[in-house]
Amino acid sequence: MSREKHAHEPWVRIVKRDGIARPKAYGIRILAVLLSLVVSGVFIYAITGLNPMDIYEAMWEGAFGTSRRSWVTVRDAMMLLCIGIGLAPAFKMKFWNVGAEGQILIGGIMTAGIMRMVGDSIPTPALLVIMAVVSLAAGAAWGVVPAVFKAYWNTNETLFTLMMNYVAIQLTSYCVSLWENPIGSNTVGIINQTTQAGWFPAIFGQSYSLNVILVLILTVGMYLYLKYSKQGYEITVVGDSENTARYAGISVKKVTIRTMAISGAICAFAGFIAVAGSSHTISTTTAGGRGFTAIIVAWLAQFNSFVMVLISFLLVFLEKGATQIASQFNLNDYASEVITGIILFFILGSEFFINYRLVFRGKEREGK
Amino acid sequence: MKKLFALILSLAMVLSLTACGGSGDTDTTGDTATDDTTTSDESTAGDTDAAEENGDEADETSTDETASYDVSELKIGLICVEDEQSGYDAAHINGLTEACQELGIDVDSQVTFVYNIGEDEECYDTAVDLAEAGCDIIISDSYGHQSYMLQAAQEYSDIIFIADTGDMANQVGLDNYKNLFTYVYQSRYVSGVVAGMKIAELVENGELTEDNYDADGNVLVGYVGAYPYAEVVSGYTAFYLGIKSVYPDVSMQVQYTNSWYDWTGEYEAANTLMANGCVIIGQHADSTGAPSAVQAAYESGSTVFCVGYNIDMLTSAPDTALTSAQNNWSVIYRETLESYLSGAGIPTDFAAGYADGAVQISALGPACADGTEEKVAEVEAALTDGSLQVFDVSTFTIDGVNPTSILIDMDLDYTGETEGVVDGVFQESVLRSAPGFEARIDGITELNNG
Repeated sequence: MSREKHAHEPWVRIVKRDGIARPKAYGIRILAVLLSLVVSGVFIYAITGLNPMDIYEAMWEGAFGTSRRSWVTVRDAMMLLCIGIGLAPAFKMKFWNVGAEGQILIGGIMTAGIMRMVGDSIPTPALLVIMAVVSLAAGAAWGVVPAVFKAYWNTNETLFTLMMNYVAIQLTSYCVSLWENPIGSNTVGIINQTTQAGWFPAIFGQSYSLNVILVLILTVGMYLYLKYSKQGYEITVVGDSENTARYAGISVKKVTIRTMAISGAICAFAGFIAVAGSSHTISTTTAGGRGFTAIIVAWLAQFNSFVMVLISFLLVFLEKGATQIASQFNLNDYASEVITGIILFFILGSEFFINYRLVFRGKEREGK
Repeated sequence: MKKLFALILSLAMVLSLTACGGSGDTDTTGDTATDDTTTSDESTAGDTDAAEENGDEADETSTDETASYDVSELKIGLICVEDEQSGYDAAHINGLTEACQELGIDVDSQVTFVYNIGEDEECYDTAVDLAEAGCDIIISDSYGHQSYMLQAAQEYSDIIFIADTGDMANQVGLDNYKNLFTYVYQSRYVSGVVAGMKIAELVENGELTEDNYDADGNVLVGYVGAYPYAEVVSGYTAFYLGIKSVYPDVSMQVQYTNSWYDWTGEYEAANTLMANGCVIIGQHADSTGAPSAVQAAYESGSTVFCVGYNIDMLTSAPDTALTSAQNNWSVIYRETLESYLSGAGIPTDFAAGYADGAVQISALGPACADGTEEKVAEVEAALTDGSLQVFDVSTFTIDGVNPTSILIDMDLDYTGETEGVVDGVFQESVLRSAPGFEARIDGITELNNG
């Protein structure tokens, strides 16, 4: 297409890329991370006068400084990953499941309840299986509710799932006041602190090994499910175009409900891991906003389970690093949040440059 | 005082040694120590008393060797539930800093502060992390941290874990697990006296409307509480009794926020109370939410004043803040660290009040009634010398009668079983450092404890 050159050609225009080679895309992302580190370095120096390298070193120390810190980082990354894995099928289907917070809590309530009630009478391995199964079932049921409404009455799933979070939070508050220990303190305390019944056992001498094993199984499973199974293909088609799906004879209703059952179940499973595998208590902060953070994990990774592992680690690393620099350099937490914000901003911004490119005046494209 | 304190310490140590040695004896250290302190009778500060009584015993065993520690090698970690923005945490941070400076401990290199640690496994992670970083003493500042601190204490027996405001130490029988608190009810009582003076002045000047009275003609007072359990109940009861000691015709409403720090929640709770007609708003929650609400209401024409907690509220409420009840944690921390450094060890369960300077009220605001300063000085002196007891059962009623017995929970099942009233006074923070008064007395209504 040839066009007359306009007198008022803008200095820069934004043009959508037709496609981008994978290495180039990753190059842009890596560049973005490096740039973000430079910018936060300038910020740190300008505000505090501290050497940015010391700050980065402290962040590393905070996340991986000791073997225990590394394990805590791994545990938290696995938790985030598990939720991200749960959200991936729903988001891939373009079903905006922002209800992970609630689904986690439902799994957590089930786990904590069973742990409290029958912890003394059933051996831990059997108890773990029961808690896992009940959490999965409850999460699936919780996830199916908005899916049914969406499938049959075309309700808005974003609002629906979001509102169900508040229902789950209230349910959790109710259970907390029911189980609180001491009465009136509004905390459940550590469940089975002396017997450790229903706690994840240490495997290979590490208390969090089981968390890692379970989540990695899910990660591989979800990768295979989305990429190679018939159901995974159906999810992709429904996500791209419901009309195409209908034309191809796919029941959109069925796929929507089935996928949300899976999504809700895995998120509730994350709640099971959070309660039985790390906190051994339940509170309204058991999900702690991770249901929302995991959306970033799933999106940034474009639903690729293995990329999600990296993103989860990056986010948890930033969080642990932030706590460490706040303590080590006596910076307010907000300073470290600004750094986290800068890094995330650049990573998200890099997606723009992967999808679009800038065309400067006077440099008419050859390849256009 | 220091000498008496050292005596209790050596006694506590001897007792713990005996407990360790006694085979098959299921009694924990805490139980034994508790039995000793229960014998304390009419007194000012309970610990002083206990020390006096136990003095003889301690003498017999004073031959104990005490290995003292090198100040320059001590490492301390403080786990805070919020950061310095919260008055409660600021009090701990400043208190520990001050105590360390007095003892020659270098805060920059020897003390690690960790902020915003929730009352969940994050606390355990942090405690263990501090332990691995070489801390000798690890302190957590919030009630809900205690079970996570206990979990860490079980794993690191050579490190001392102190759960401030906790109530488990004298029960679990671990040598390295401790609780600390202040007699904060005393400063709340004094802040109540300040509020009472103000109410008397408002009534005298005819500044109240009929909305400010309940059906029985009592002036309405409001209180923003965090959670409906002993620490808060004890606090508002003391505040109420302080008001009543000056102006008897008052009734109080308590609105809970179910959070230690929730600016918006506290602001709204204060608004609810003011809408009900309360003229004084007290608080046991850690933000400036309630004073800000009171100041806003005052500026739009209401007659209402507030009493804060932890920090001076005059910056948030310049026209309406009367005073704030405060803990002076530096006293508690200094005495604790001092006894640790001397080799005597840290007492399992320690609290102190006016007699030791561990509690106080902040500077009186310009809105305070005339004569408040003199009245406060008088009450403080009486609390210091013990002639005034906050929980004197003759000053309040439960179901219409003066109680003769109020039970306190000492075995962690959260129902009282131990008699708390001795010689007509409920022994608050004597049997255990954490407040244990959770009886609901007449004249106080909880609006939202459901």
